[in-house]
Amino acid sequence: MNASSSPDENAPKAAPSLEFTRAAAQKTTEFSVERGFIFAVARDLRLAIRSKGEVIQALAFFVVVVSLFPLAIGAETVLLKRIAPGIVWVAAMLSVLLTLPRLFASDYLDGTLEQLLLSPFPLSLIVAGKIAAHWLTTGLPLALMAPLLGLQFAIDSNELAVLIVSLLLGTPILSMLGAIGAALTLGVRGGSVLVALLILPLYIPVLIFGAGAVAAVSAGVDYDANLSLLGAGLLFGALLTPFAVSAAIKISLD
Amino acid sequence: MNIYKYASPVTFYPLAGKMMPYFAVLAAVLGVAGLTMGLFFAPVDFQQGEVYRIIFIHVASSWMAMFIYLVMAAYGVLALSFQTRLASMMIEALAPTGAMFTALALLTGALWGKPTWGTYWVWDGRMTSTLILLFLYVGYLALIHAIEEQKRADKAGALLVIVGSINVPIIYFSVVWWNSLHQGLSVSVKSGTKMAPIMALAMLLTALACWLYSIAVALVRVRAIILERELENSLENTMENNLGKSI
Repeated sequence: MNASSSPDENAPKAAPSLEFTRAAAQKTTEFSVERGFIFAVARDLRLAIRSKGEVIQALAFFVVVVSLFPLAIGAETVLLKRIAPGIVWVAAMLSVLLTLPRLFASDYLDGTLEQLLLSPFPLSLIVAGKIAAHWLTTGLPLALMAPLLGLQFAIDSNELAVLIVSLLLGTPILSMLGAIGAALTLGVRGGSVLVALLILPLYIPVLIFGAGAVAAVSAGVDYDANLSLLGAGLLFGALLTPFAVSAAIKISLD
Repeated sequence: MNIYKYASPVTFYPLAGKMMPYFAVLAAVLGVAGLTMGLFFAPVDFQQGEVYRIIFIHVASSWMAMFIYLVMAAYGVLALSFQTRLASMMIEALAPTGAMFTALALLTGALWGKPTWGTYWVWDGRMTSTLILLFLYVGYLALIHAIEEQKRADKAGALLVIVGSINVPIIYFSVVWWNSLHQGLSVSVKSGTKMAPIMALAMLLTALACWLYSIAVALVRVRAIILERELENSLENTMENNLGKSI
């Protein structure tokens, strides 16, 4: 693994093509599987940077949904302050849900996904890379956006800190579970509604522990347990979901 | 006897037909016995009055709701690891029954809750997790019906059920920790039962009846699924043959 053959430098400037996968695999005499992961992260990040619109749209959606609640419920500061963590969490979940098709759908339509399946890297690592890139372009911006919304709802600074930490720990799990749903419904009619139906029930524990952590802070109770459970979920998910997603992709492409 | 030969739908079809009546009759007998005992002979509960008798259906259906999902997940593992078509068919055959019992558990719970708690629904741990379980069943059914290619629908369904079953305990504990107003468990392995023996017996009988009923219905449904798919296959074959002749 020398630095000169790292994927970023070898990347063609014009478009992230699959020639690169093969080239990267052939060039390295010592074959290392992490390259599959790095390649997938780099490729998807590059794609996201080239279509910034999608990233910004998801963020805008997040802000719009959160802003709807005061209009629907009324502008009582005490009530809004109490339900703000829940609102932010639900809006974050919905906005992650809307971005899920970006994970595999376009790669599936133009045949890239099949090529990735044929590549020398294990599919589960490529999938893990794609999930990581998805989180970097959806979950992370959402978590960074949360302080602004927190101020709108007059959340205290220590609650806000826990909210951001819970989002940072929880949103990767949303990307992981969502990837399973996205992979299972590739090319299926009405796929986006179906993904919501399949995945939202699985999101519930994340919602409970995420919003619960912030609620615990405002209730003056210990919130460590909630964050620890989110962390445990994150590790557990990181361990298992890449395999489940790659199995799902193989089923869908079979 | 080689039991593996029954892993093929074609050989399982007659076996299922032979087994089904036994399960159905036994389910009916135990169900009638359990309900008679529960509705007419069990004493009235000193706190809840006659209303409590709904538990003879409620408890059995709640057990089945969770148990059937686990059985489906076990078939999911079989379907994916051994590539057996019959296992996928069994998942598909069990799912509507599981969804039915989950809905029944929620419905009887709500009907019991109104006179006892004064409300049809509270967001308590066990009720909420049962509701989520219903969503999982609905999600599975939606997925397999949305995918047109049969083989893919089978495998995708199997994978979804496995993923769901890993999440069932997580969902259960998260929701229970989140909030619990539900009355404590009346039946537990550790402390034994806290109810009159005849109530426990009636409950056991209805639970067994629901169990046998699920098996009987799943067998009927799996036979229908086998017929449907074999019919499609044979239709395709004859159409191909006819087309070949006409050309």
